Amino acid sequence: MPQIGFLLQWVVKAMAVVLAITILNFFLIRLAPGDPAMVMAGEAGAADQQFLDRVRQDFGLDQPVVVQLWTYVKNVVTLDLGQSYRTGRPVTDMILERLPATLLLTGTAYLLALLVGPLLGALAAMRPRSIFDSLLMVVSLVFYATPIFWVGLLLILVFSVQLGWLPPFGMHSMIPVTGTAAQILDLARHLVLPAITLALFYIAVYVRLTRASMLETASLDYVKTARAKGLPEWRVASAHILRTALIPIITFAGLQAGHLVGGAIVVETVFAWPGIGRLAFDALFQRDYNLLLGVFLVSALMVVFFNMLTDLVLRIADPRIAGRA
Amino acid sequence: MAFLKRYAENRGAVAGLVILAVVVAVALAAPLLMPGDPMATRGRPLLPPGGDFPFGTDMLGRDVLAGIVHGAKVSLMIGLISTVIAVLIGVTVGAVAGFFGGQVDDLLVRVTEFFQTIPSFIFAILLVAIMTPSLASIVTAIAVVTWPPIARLARSEFMSLRRREFVEAAVLSGLSRTRIIVSEVLPNAMSPLIVMGSLMIATAILTESALSFLGLGDPNRISWGYMIGAARTVFRQAWWLSVFPGLAIALTVLAINLVGEGLNDALNPHLKGRMRIET
Amino acid sequence: MNARAVADPLVAIEKLTVRLPVDSDRAHAVDEIDLDIAPGRILCLVGESGSGKSMTAHAIMGLVPRPLICSGTIRYDGQNLVGLPADRHRAIRGRRIGMIFQEPMAALNPVMRIGRQIEEVFRFHGIPGPHDERIVGLLADMGLPEPAVLRHAFPFHLSGGQRQRVMIAMALALDPELLIADEPTTALDVTTQKQILALIKKAQAERGMGVLMITHDFGVVAEIGDEVAVMRQGRIVERGPVKQVLGSPRHEYTRTLLEAVPRLEPRGAAPDRDGAPLLSVRGVVKTYSTRAGMFAPRRTVEAVRDASFTLARGGTLGIVGESGSGKSTLARIIVRLLTADGGDVRLEGVERNLLDLASRDLAPLRRRVQMVFQDPFASLNPRRTVFEIVAQGLLAHGVPRERARDRVAELLRLVALDPASASRYPNAFSGGQRQRIGIARALALEPDVLVADEPVSALDVSIQARVLDLLAGLQKRLSLGMLFITHDLRVASQVCDHVAVMQRGRIVEMGPSADVLFNPRQDYTKLLIDSIPGRGAFATRPAAGTGH
Repeated sequence: MPQIGFLLQWVVKAMAVVLAITILNFFLIRLAPGDPAMVMAGEAGAADQQFLDRVRQDFGLDQPVVVQLWTYVKNVVTLDLGQSYRTGRPVTDMILERLPATLLLTGTAYLLALLVGPLLGALAAMRPRSIFDSLLMVVSLVFYATPIFWVGLLLILVFSVQLGWLPPFGMHSMIPVTGTAAQILDLARHLVLPAITLALFYIAVYVRLTRASMLETASLDYVKTARAKGLPEWRVASAHILRTALIPIITFAGLQAGHLVGGAIVVETVFAWPGIGRLAFDALFQRDYNLLLGVFLVSALMVVFFNMLTDLVLRIADPRIAGRA
Repeated sequence: MAFLKRYAENRGAVAGLVILAVVVAVALAAPLLMPGDPMATRGRPLLPPGGDFPFGTDMLGRDVLAGIVHGAKVSLMIGLISTVIAVLIGVTVGAVAGFFGGQVDDLLVRVTEFFQTIPSFIFAILLVAIMTPSLASIVTAIAVVTWPPIARLARSEFMSLRRREFVEAAVLSGLSRTRIIVSEVLPNAMSPLIVMGSLMIATAILTESALSFLGLGDPNRISWGYMIGAARTVFRQAWWLSVFPGLAIALTVLAINLVGEGLNDALNPHLKGRMRIET
Repeated sequence: MNARAVADPLVAIEKLTVRLPVDSDRAHAVDEIDLDIAPGRILCLVGESGSGKSMTAHAIMGLVPRPLICSGTIRYDGQNLVGLPADRHRAIRGRRIGMIFQEPMAALNPVMRIGRQIEEVFRFHGIPGPHDERIVGLLADMGLPEPAVLRHAFPFHLSGGQRQRVMIAMALALDPELLIADEPTTALDVTTQKQILALIKKAQAERGMGVLMITHDFGVVAEIGDEVAVMRQGRIVERGPVKQVLGSPRHEYTRTLLEAVPRLEPRGAAPDRDGAPLLSVRGVVKTYSTRAGMFAPRRTVEAVRDASFTLARGGTLGIVGESGSGKSTLARIIVRLLTADGGDVRLEGVERNLLDLASRDLAPLRRRVQMVFQDPFASLNPRRTVFEIVAQGLLAHGVPRERARDRVAELLRLVALDPASASRYPNAFSGGQRQRIGIARALALEPDVLVADEPVSALDVSIQARVLDLLAGLQKRLSLGMLFITHDLRVASQVCDHVAVMQRGRIVEMGPSADVLFNPRQDYTKLLIDSIPGRGAFATRPAAGTGH
């Protein structure tokens, strides 16, 4: 059955990619400046040779490279990403602790962008060169050009400092809140600014992409056929133009999904949001490369996962892909 | 030339070109406009805009305006050089894959796909951290992370051009394959590549500013992202430390995007909104 | 002829004008035409590209693209369709007037199932459901196999002919009074074309509806038309009953067009050439195999199966077939643009099999076998001057520039183009002129064999004849062997002394054209000949000048 073949193919591909990234990770660790043993020794305040040797042994740093690589790959497969150089805690634990916060933030931003962007873009495409269209194009061009972190800072300046409507950082209020409803509300209030910051850039991208895609689709022959059948304009726009125009957007959205963690690093730093992005930033400055690379690997896995999801969605949305094989 | 005329039809593109020209001029003339080291203390810290310091001073008393003027050079240089390298890599990979096809293509496509699967921003951070932050490492990191999309574009262009009948005619005329790629295919593939390249410069500048914001910029040079990042702790009181550098980034990137779109319209007039009017 | 000769016309067009946007090469697409469409009759609107015939059809449906402006009157059912408010026009479209287009693949929504696309017509004109029976019935009426299953299929599952049947089904779903068909068979194979034309004629007879058929092919007119109107550059130059206009055309343009239509006519056999053939092909095989993914089964397509023929010096062999017959693949294998999977090709004077030669050994022989391509717009590099294009081969073979310049001038004169054209770019020339440039380029290296891959298919009929004459003349002068690839038997009969008919990769019949075209032995050949439109009334008329 073709479905099984497709899934199998995907699993094999995914595994190959993960393996490649794991190997890449391994070599990146070794290229990182500073002997990890020295880094840890520095933290511990002791630097005598005995200590260094013991650290090396503990972390298996005295083995030949190939053995280390093999150990590393084995560990990754069992979800053991090593220990943080700084805290000594397992990297996997540290990441899992913070992952939900990032998923909440990026998930919200992603959905927001995916809902608002194509909608606005489609509306603009239906009235090309109108005031709405021109305005939307200018605004989206502006947001496409502004750095995400700067938008975040500006939003804080306006909505937190000036207007005082929304909290400027963190995920929860300092003063604990009681009652589930109040807690959810508190979370939501903290989520608003960072999610919007992350989403704005992508909304701009989707607006422009959707508009371009729809305008291009609108000039295709089958749209003319739909009109020749006497269909009302709204039907032509929805079932014929938008439906096919969305396909390249789905492709793009899929590609973007995995890379949202990158954007999250910056947003989480600005808003002090306790997610893995912030974790990565901290790890960067504490030279805790094990942790940093752990985050890298996890986000790479997310990319692979979302790519597969996108392919699946595309197969449903565009019957030509499966059928033409 | 018809090309210039077509370009000028797009008012946004003309505005973008003007802004970009100003930015480039400022960058080139930086030592003249604001002589001295922009990283040196000039006045009292955290002065709001006004008087001697039109854009104010930061927490170390550095002149914000000087920082912006000198920072232009860094951003533009990094944006340009990293894009040129990325385009060179991407076009070579894409052209070889698209033109020769077969197993070579398969292999190169997998390599390209792999690089696209790696989360780009984190990878850039890693590369810069490993190579220790400097102009060279930032340029390299950005180039390594941004070449795949242009490789894909180059590949699809070359693949479609290879089948074009005038290329087949060149084969029959006895031209060598290199000659064909360089003189028949490449000139016709240029337009979309140029457009994408110009837009990539904008993205490179944004990436560079994000890296500098996080503290991974070249420590010896002042850059717009760095200015915003350094001011994070005091930005709520000293709004001018974030606003002006950010505006500089936004304006420059906006200008480049406008120019890129203008190039697109000028180079592909047949795509612009004309229809096939069949009678 | 009086435009109002039709009493009570279904559609009465009066002074219809369609203005083109400011920077176009002419002011009007349609220039003040008067035309009546009678109910229950088939009116053919004939013209070449740029005549305005398609735009007229679009104007009736209200589908003229926005920057163009319509003025005038199109009277239908007491209303003027020009300037009719959008919702009123929509009520007419699909319900009272149906329209089908040229490219069935592009004209059907690629991601929507066939059944649903037909159902839309019912749903959005207020016919209450369920529609399943109606849809299945329609598909069956149109001659589609297994309609109950087919309605769940997507357009890409169907062949070109089947897609066109679906389009017709959609247009006829609500029993319109008028069917507008805009070049519905131009993109189809000749055998499929015959079926579709028969289908349209049958549907017209059964429903008593009027049909406006846009076409450039007089054969089609002869095949199904009742009345015909000839358009040229936005104006109607002649109109009347088909028999009358085709039999005794009055306007000069009509006469030119009719004379240019290729005819199936016997051609004197080429004088016997003794000695070794110029080109000898044996057992060429090419198979494509694709695989959907790592785990999907391999699918193979045999593009060319065991093709063999010989070509004499000064002779022309036509390779005729429909799409998928493998003729283009075979042509490209012979010029080594594609690699064959097996077979033997011998060129006079070369010992080894041409297909086995490595590129190094092939290089000096390339000049002996050259090609003329089909698409005049894709076959010339838009960024090179005519000189650079024609001299391409010469310069690559080390001919000094000055000598190349002289040679190019000579070649341009040979193809009846002004030598001063050498400094201009391709976009300054028309389709027919570009083909001449392509021919000049092919002749530059003084080849022995010229492979012409559908060299006139993309040209207007009146230009076709001239390019064909040019090719025939050049062949005689230069003693070339010519391989002429075409899908049109009529064209083959005019140019070729021998013909090979290909079907699904195999040569099914081959011989002197007089034999193959007038005494065919294979069923497929007979089918091809039978499918030539207007065969009965028109295709075998003697050429002008030999008397009616």
